Amino acid sequence: MSVVDRQEWDVVVVGAGGAGLRAAIEARERGARTAVICKSLFGKAHTVMAEGGIAAAMGNVNEHDNWQVHFRDTLRGGKFLNQWRMAELHAKEAPDRVWELETWGALFDRTKDGKISQRNFGGHEYPRLAHVGDRTGLELIRTLQQKIVSLQQEDHRETGDYESRLKVFQECTVTRILKDGERVSGVFAYERETGRFFVLQAPSVVIATGGIGKSFKVTSNSWEYTGDGHALALLAGAPLLNMEFVQFHPTGMIWPPSVKGILVTESVRGDGGVLRNSEGKRFMFDYVPDVFKEKYAETEDEADRWYDDPDHNRRPPELLPRDEVARAINSEVKEGRGSPHGGVFLDVSTRMPAEVVRRRLPSMYHQFKELADVDITAEPMEVGPTCHYVMGGIAVDSDTAAARGVPGLFAAGEVAGGMHGSNRLGGNSLSDLLVFGRRAGWHAAEYAQGLTQDRPPVGDAQVDAAAAEALRPFSAEAEDVAGPPENPYTLHQELQQTMNDLVGIIRREGEMEQALKKLAELRVRARRAGVEGHRQFNPGWHLALDLRNMLLVSECVARAALERTESRGGHTREDHPSMDRAWRRLNLLCRLSDPTGSLAATDPVRGQISLAPETTDPIRPDLLALFEKEELVKYLTEEELYE
Amino acid sequence: MSSYEARFKVWRGDAQGGGLEDFTVEVNDGEVVLDIIHRLQATQAPDLAVRWNCKAGKCGSCSAEINGRPRLMCMTRMSVFTREETITVTPLRTFPVMRDLVTDVGFNYTKAREVPAFVPPAGLGPGEYRMMQEDVDRSQEFRKCIECFLCQDVCHVVRDHEENKKAYAGPRFLMRIAELDMHPLDAAAETGLDRKRTAQDDHGLGYCNITKCCTEVCPEGIKITDNALIPLKERTVDRKYDPLVWLGSKIRRRSSPA
Amino acid sequence: MATGTEPPGTDTPPPTQPPRGGVRAPARAAITAPHLRTDRWWLAPAVTAAGLFAFVVYSTWRAFANAHYYAAPYVSPFYSPCLAENCRTMHMGPNADLFGSWWAISPAIIILIFPLGFRLTCYYYRKAYYRSFWASPPACAVAEPHGKYTGETRFPLILQNIHRYFFYAALLVAGVLTYDTVLAFRDQHYRWGHMGLGTVVFLVNIVLIWAYTISCHSCRHIVGGKLKHFSKHPVRYRAWQYVGRLNARHMQLAWASLVSVALADFYVYLVASGAFDDPRFF
Repeated sequence: MSVVDRQEWDVVVVGAGGAGLRAAIEARERGARTAVICKSLFGKAHTVMAEGGIAAAMGNVNEHDNWQVHFRDTLRGGKFLNQWRMAELHAKEAPDRVWELETWGALFDRTKDGKISQRNFGGHEYPRLAHVGDRTGLELIRTLQQKIVSLQQEDHRETGDYESRLKVFQECTVTRILKDGERVSGVFAYERETGRFFVLQAPSVVIATGGIGKSFKVTSNSWEYTGDGHALALLAGAPLLNMEFVQFHPTGMIWPPSVKGILVTESVRGDGGVLRNSEGKRFMFDYVPDVFKEKYAETEDEADRWYDDPDHNRRPPELLPRDEVARAINSEVKEGRGSPHGGVFLDVSTRMPAEVVRRRLPSMYHQFKELADVDITAEPMEVGPTCHYVMGGIAVDSDTAAARGVPGLFAAGEVAGGMHGSNRLGGNSLSDLLVFGRRAGWHAAEYAQGLTQDRPPVGDAQVDAAAAEALRPFSAEAEDVAGPPENPYTLHQELQQTMNDLVGIIRREGEMEQALKKLAELRVRARRAGVEGHRQFNPGWHLALDLRNMLLVSECVARAALERTESRGGHTREDHPSMDRAWRRLNLLCRLSDPTGSLAATDPVRGQISLAPETTDPIRPDLLALFEKEELVKYLTEEELYE
Repeated sequence: MSSYEARFKVWRGDAQGGGLEDFTVEVNDGEVVLDIIHRLQATQAPDLAVRWNCKAGKCGSCSAEINGRPRLMCMTRMSVFTREETITVTPLRTFPVMRDLVTDVGFNYTKAREVPAFVPPAGLGPGEYRMMQEDVDRSQEFRKCIECFLCQDVCHVVRDHEENKKAYAGPRFLMRIAELDMHPLDAAAETGLDRKRTAQDDHGLGYCNITKCCTEVCPEGIKITDNALIPLKERTVDRKYDPLVWLGSKIRRRSSPA
Repeated sequence: MATGTEPPGTDTPPPTQPPRGGVRAPARAAITAPHLRTDRWWLAPAVTAAGLFAFVVYSTWRAFANAHYYAAPYVSPFYSPCLAENCRTMHMGPNADLFGSWWAISPAIIILIFPLGFRLTCYYYRKAYYRSFWASPPACAVAEPHGKYTGETRFPLILQNIHRYFFYAALLVAGVLTYDTVLAFRDQHYRWGHMGLGTVVFLVNIVLIWAYTISCHSCRHIVGGKLKHFSKHPVRYRAWQYVGRLNARHMQLAWASLVSVALADFYVYLVASGAFDDPRFF
């Protein structure tokens, strides 16, 4: 059975979004032979969907901005649950990462004096987001893609082969991280086109697969977001951190049903758009939480003045962090003040001239016109919360992006946990990709180069086991006695409905217990997921394989959410509505219950995931000193304050 | 909300052969062609191969030909068709087919590699780049490209003449050359690379007969022909076909670049 | 490896299909129809062909007629400037006997080369006739009938690159036609300060001719498009923006000016042949 093609590389990067490509560039520039594997075509990664911008305290628009302010905003946004060292590195390094993109050909929008323009965004004290209209993610991906091509051209000049040192395996899916003892030894993957299996042997693997949104029904995420990297890490023995924190973006499209969930960028609000309920009221003024009271305007007049004179006015409450806005919309709708299709109104048409809307928000204009037949320059949009981002992820070392407990495994981007705490600020994602993508690539290359004599081998048994696992959906029908084969599409829909309804934006203990039961049932049925046809570009088969990952990750989310008895950021418990300072120091780690990584033996009711709380390191005093004492008392317990 | 049964013909097969298969499938309000293809997958043809990603017209994955016209499936609303119409969906017909609606678009990645990359100006470090908005506007328009490759698909130079694929980069990558040539800080010229000349000599600009189909199918509304290809042709004329400009440059040689 | 999961064998030869080019090339999706468009894709090229054909017929007749091209104070744009000895003498008119007496046929032929060359190499007209006359391609995603295609890479089509020289010539011709329009503010007896219906026809024509000429892609390139840094050339940048706005309407202007120039000529013909009397306003 082991006729699987094998190749040797130094670093394998799983995922070709912003973090993956940045990691690959770094690893290659540091001399490591690097392979990138991605599920889609090269350049189509979900990063292209990012609209607003890259947060980096360059101070081009407001000179008061600096990394300390950015760090402060990030911690406030994450309700102090962030891995503070990551937030520090992120705030410090983001400007360099943005500037570097310009040297690779990126063309950001400009200020009057020719610098990179920066825009306002929710939770950021100053205009901070480097952007290109509302297609910043596309610019980022294209720039990194073209940088990779330019490195390949360099290699071609030297070696005659474009792919001698940096190769992209597009439309391939990794199903297992392979290990030799504790250490990573490579990945097992299949080509989507042919269904052919192959193994890339490498001492370093960087996971950069993005998020988990496809486990939810209403989501802004693409099909790729099936939590692959989270699951791969779990199966390889690495723990996931704080998986209960899932960000619901407050403004997704809600009508027509086929586009439900597609993102409406936060720049709509950053540039002046306001939220109104069915009574025409700007309801966000009623939802400013105590911790943010001094920072946000109390009247519409003051809020409106802020756009022109931010130094003497406070910002409009539409620009509160995303979790606050999403919850506010949720309760407006619940209390019967929603729009006809169950959302609220987001209006730019009465706020700026049509031509300005078209210039500043071209793709939003386009998106509503084409998909919903709504002219946003003439009428308000209808919007509602949509699953957007997972703050939780692989537990990593802040400086090296190395996954805990598995030498040779690294993670960056959305799949890595900790950086954003309980809630991510808009714009901090693209900068996160760049800062930690680079760090992951750097340390992955260094680790691989340190092992030149002693590379972990890939054993045949593991490869055979991985191949058998991947082929199971084809033989489900023949081997199973428990019932008829299941349709993977049906299972997926049921999973999405369960997560959306029971572990969604507002959570209750009973519902989450119910969700865990349903997940256990789905897990059993998923073992019978069968597919028709053959291995060549067979989407049914691909989905059947992705189901394993979604089920694992969903269980992590549900279990951690049930455990955390407080509300904080992207985790809102109706039965525990307030933030609890004691919980701030606690991270929840998810691990596979069966450490051998074999899923067959797990008990359907107990589940596959076990949880362990962990106390975090105290925030470094010089970083704490960036905050006023009055603010800290809202987040930190007494004893932390006196330390 | 009203729904109805629509008739579809979807091409199924692979490089060995195939044909149009008939389907009758439910359509609901506000749906796009990609929704219908997904419904076919979920209910009637689970192994129907289709490439897609963002479903919001931003990634350019779900390119296909619908009633013979190259389009993104996610941006083609069902409401543009009558209920009686039979809707035909085929893969892109310029590239080798892999399976069903999925084609091998490797041609485009090959061509992308042949275009010399942005050359950073010597002596300017990160953070020192200064560019005016009016100077980046033109290239920014081209960078809106989502690489759906519909322009590459529709361009008759390669669509109707397989043999031209070797010599011709196609609208997307000629536009990329225009983008770099108009980039205010691209320093290719300083390294001896003349993009205006190589556009014609190495990338086949002369094959383009500006019949504008690329512009017609561009889902991003980029004016590929008027703003990229024709200006590039004019720049090539400066280099290769205009004795006045040639003479002028001889006389004013060493004067600062425009 | 498990059975039944492999793609169908690749050793079976592809179905016998005559190897053909283009969309029916071997590796592409097997569809025999040259196109699957269901809309009236042939309408636009058909209308274009009909329009261009009508103009060619009309202008050939008028150019070779060598008659009825001057009715004081109007001179037909087809015969202006008039550069041979056999031209009618036009009072203050665009006469310049550059060719002398050896030129025996219609003097229109001399000058029409330039506006025709300008239009023939124009980026819009190229699209129009490549599509409608040469079917290369007839419409988007409709297979073209030619076995081989080299585009504008070699003789003769490589000559399209001289478009900008025709643009310079067209500027001169437009200048002369402007002069003719000024002359149209006279009456039959060459007294200034009068206007007739013909004056209006000439005015409309000259505005359209200028708009078409200025909106030319070569013009757009020359005034500013060739620059790398607009910010260093604010005046040329504004000129480029202005030309760019016109350029977006290049197709409409091409047709409008084609019709208006024919109409202006036809108007002169009607008046000169006595079929119609030019209504005078003042």
